[in-house]
Amino acid sequence: MAAQGRIVWVSGPAVRADGMAEAKMYETVVVGDSKLVGEVIRLTGDVAFIQVYESTSGLKPGEPVIGTGNPLSVVLGPGIIGQLYDGIQRPLRELSKASGSFIGRGITTTPVDMAKKYHFVPTVSSGDEVAAGNVIGTVQETDLIEHSIMVPPDHAGGKITNIVPEGDYDLETELATTEKNGQTVSLKMYHKWPVRKPRPYKNRYDPTVPLLTGQRVIDTFFPIAKGGTGSIPGAFGTGKTVTLHQIAKWADSQVVVYIGCGERGNEMTEVLVEFPHLKDPRSGKPLMDRTVLVANTSNMPVAAREASIYTGVTIAEYYRDMGKDVVLVADSTSRWAEALREMSGRLEEMPAEEGYPSYLASRLAEFYERAGRVRAAGSPDRDGSVTLIGAVSPSGGDFTEPVTTHTMRFIKTFWALDAKLAYSRHYPSINWMNSYSGYLADIAKWWSENISEDWFDIRSETYGVLQREDTLKEIVRLLGPEALPDEEKLILEVARMVKIALLQQNSFDDVDTYCSPEKQFKLMKLCVDFYKKGQQALKEGAALSDIRELGVVSSLLKARMDVKDDEMPKLDKLDGDMQEQFKSISGVKVSN
Amino acid sequence: MSAKGGGVQYSKIAEIKGPLVVVDDVENAAFDELVEVETKDGERRLGKVLEVGNGKAIVQVFEGTTGLSISGTNAKFVGKVMEMPVSREVLGRVFDGLGRPKDGLPDPIADKFVDINGEPMNPEQREYPKDFIQTGVSVIDGLMTLVRGQKLPIFSGSGMSHNLLAAQIARQASVVGTDDDFAVVFAAIGVQYSEAEYFRRSLEESGALKRSVLFLNTADDPAIERIITPRVALTVAEYLAFELGIHVLVVITDMTNYAEALREISAAREEVPGRKGYPGYLYTDLSTLYERAGKLNGKKGSVTQVPILSMPSDDITHPIPDLTGYITEGQIVVGRDLFRQGVYPPINILMSLSRLMKDGIGEGSTREDHSEISNQVYDAYSRAQEVRALAGIVGKAGLTEIDLRYLELGDTFEKEFLSQATDENRTIEETLTLMWKIVSKLPKNEITKIKDRYVEQYYKEE
Repeated sequence: MAAQGRIVWVSGPAVRADGMAEAKMYETVVVGDSKLVGEVIRLTGDVAFIQVYESTSGLKPGEPVIGTGNPLSVVLGPGIIGQLYDGIQRPLRELSKASGSFIGRGITTTPVDMAKKYHFVPTVSSGDEVAAGNVIGTVQETDLIEHSIMVPPDHAGGKITNIVPEGDYDLETELATTEKNGQTVSLKMYHKWPVRKPRPYKNRYDPTVPLLTGQRVIDTFFPIAKGGTGSIPGAFGTGKTVTLHQIAKWADSQVVVYIGCGERGNEMTEVLVEFPHLKDPRSGKPLMDRTVLVANTSNMPVAAREASIYTGVTIAEYYRDMGKDVVLVADSTSRWAEALREMSGRLEEMPAEEGYPSYLASRLAEFYERAGRVRAAGSPDRDGSVTLIGAVSPSGGDFTEPVTTHTMRFIKTFWALDAKLAYSRHYPSINWMNSYSGYLADIAKWWSENISEDWFDIRSETYGVLQREDTLKEIVRLLGPEALPDEEKLILEVARMVKIALLQQNSFDDVDTYCSPEKQFKLMKLCVDFYKKGQQALKEGAALSDIRELGVVSSLLKARMDVKDDEMPKLDKLDGDMQEQFKSISGVKVSN
Repeated sequence: MSAKGGGVQYSKIAEIKGPLVVVDDVENAAFDELVEVETKDGERRLGKVLEVGNGKAIVQVFEGTTGLSISGTNAKFVGKVMEMPVSREVLGRVFDGLGRPKDGLPDPIADKFVDINGEPMNPEQREYPKDFIQTGVSVIDGLMTLVRGQKLPIFSGSGMSHNLLAAQIARQASVVGTDDDFAVVFAAIGVQYSEAEYFRRSLEESGALKRSVLFLNTADDPAIERIITPRVALTVAEYLAFELGIHVLVVITDMTNYAEALREISAAREEVPGRKGYPGYLYTDLSTLYERAGKLNGKKGSVTQVPILSMPSDDITHPIPDLTGYITEGQIVVGRDLFRQGVYPPINILMSLSRLMKDGIGEGSTREDHSEISNQVYDAYSRAQEVRALAGIVGKAGLTEIDLRYLELGDTFEKEFLSQATDENRTIEETLTLMWKIVSKLPKNEITKIKDRYVEQYYKEE
């Protein structure tokens, strides 16, 4: 029986209602005369503490609260891709039909179009035994997404007693029925799943395949694996959002879930405007055909912001279960943590650091633990992955604050954004000394098998130059660059080259925005070769200024913008030019 | 501010603490509802419900609680949230911080009454801002371009020339090649009378006053009223933009005073504080103001915000500028060093940024080379600053020849490009020419961010 109570107290998004003895923890409830959506987050006697997902302005004590009996759930079925949802999976396009340019309250819609017909191709027949997770057929959701219709994970299994033939059906059509122990269950194109409960899988693999993003500083220096976890913290203006947009655009995954959690409205609009016109570099289809957006902008109700993360990750797991690689980008987990803090404050819980609740760390851990590369439940065998990437917005850019420090405990790739680099317009402003990747060793195999056997060594040499430069910079700061011997000045030159030619990348340049793994490797190799040749030339008596003024330097610095991915011979030619030019200065006696 | 509608219910005051009153025997009050607090001698103050339940309501009184007594004071729950009367007639008018006429004229005849809290814009219905606004200020147009529907704050410090700059933007801002209807909404929050008056006069002298609406809460006005001032101003701005199709520039100064009023209420409610005593929801609260900037599909007008805030001790990591920067689409940072040197506008370009610039510039709006020349200027000036620091240690003698070129470039940048008079209105063409003049100080092989064809076209070695 559903609970039926009355509001006794209202303060911001927090409401207390009595007469709620029947309510369950995390049950969804309908609050007040304007039928706002809320969720029970504490029960004391018959008083329920409810967080409300919509603005509570005008809500009065005495108004009714009605339980739905169900936890907060999402609808999983075809029609999700290409949508822009709010934090509780209400499609914002539908909301605008009901309330215009601004978001109204108490509007009910279905997350996907229930009346839309999809062409269903069954893959099982009457009489087959099915278990939870089994695929019973497929529909083409978008040009890019073949959508598997699966037996829900909480289904008891049984024998298919009835299945429709291939044809066009809407979401409410009964596609099949199963029978077990005399109980008949009907299967439709969609099912519901509670957002706070991870979807089950058969087993889990180590992430060993890199998620290629086309961003050199990520793929080459601080890679992330499919099914891995990463975090990108940075003060405002350091380019978090641009980097996340780049990952969402170019990552080699089949599905992208982008969560705008407490961020700017225009950023979501930008994705909505831009993605339909951008082509997936591998398939040539619009990027929107593989993207789902969950937007709970900063000025939308704070409780729904907390839910948006779970809504997003549950959708990601659903596509993972079809055997797809899914990337979930959450911008920003700090705003989600602030939503937790705000509700915790209203619950009058004892705060831990900076007012955040003591369970902040465990909630973060639970979230990042939903990443992984898995074998999905049921048959046929499907391997999919969810890669979780969370932005962190540390207050004052201070990485010792609670959200950053706790996040670092649960992720393996850390891209530290640096305000100083951003101020000098070095983008992406990922600091190469503070960032790290725990996947480097695991994915080196992929690079050596697919790109070049000496990838790992070349990368180490390049990184070595950056490390040497970091130490030398201290000396330069005290004594000026002229105090260094030529060999060390060469290191500074090469480090500058690595920074401009490799680490920097212009997201707004048509060519530079995406860089293929081959091009990444060749550019890096050119820098290392330049270094080696330079060392040799110095030994043979060339002057540093000769090396600096080689014509090849400026071509190398611009190669990232001038050479397209399908013009690799141009880089080979650059390599040839470099050999020639070094020959011309070697052996020339030093004049100064 | 109007509180029309039938008076619903009178209740006794039980407690007064700071800006809050606790009202007893409340039967039918709603969260966020408008309250009229009436003293024994008939004085009326406005407030709103922050918390209601179990027969009690906590009410925040905008005009403060000074002089209120428990005996004889009544609270009347008005039966609706706070609303602002709006119509075209508000143009040219001056209001107080709660939206009541301050110019001695009667209430404007309302076209309608609008909830001052507004509603969040549906991101799906937003139109991505990309119309270049020419402010005539080179450093802004060239390096941190403002577009219609953007929120671009000025981060300043006490005593610096941010007001001159904001007034100059308000006077000169135009979209080249259009004669669209535009208006200025100015909200003064706890600033000195002279600052507000400077702004009013500046609008008057340029003839823009009749297209402006002013909301003034000066330093001697009640602090709690400051919570309301930006909200009434933005409500009017939204009405002008989205109902009347006007392009509205909203200037709000000083957001730091707003945040302090918020902290005062939070402290009185004994909430768990976040950083520096500001409430944990400061970010969310600020976003409900800043996110009211924008453009909407199918609507002609736009709301562009230029909020000004003074950074306490010039500290950009202070919670107010910090959280603002996370919400706004960039920031214009006023630098103390440049200000001391007498540079106007004293903008620290390296710390400044406009996030929406990339879509507002380029072929068809400014010029095809704009993005790349701007990147190169940033890069070169950043190098110039490094060289300056180095020169301070090792002296000019220890610098390489190329370093000396950067040093010279830094000076040219500040003297010829950054500096301009408060009434100097430069076209974007003039601005771009100046930028190429700066970059042309460098030898060609130092130009790494510009495509060769633009270098060939615009680079002019002296």
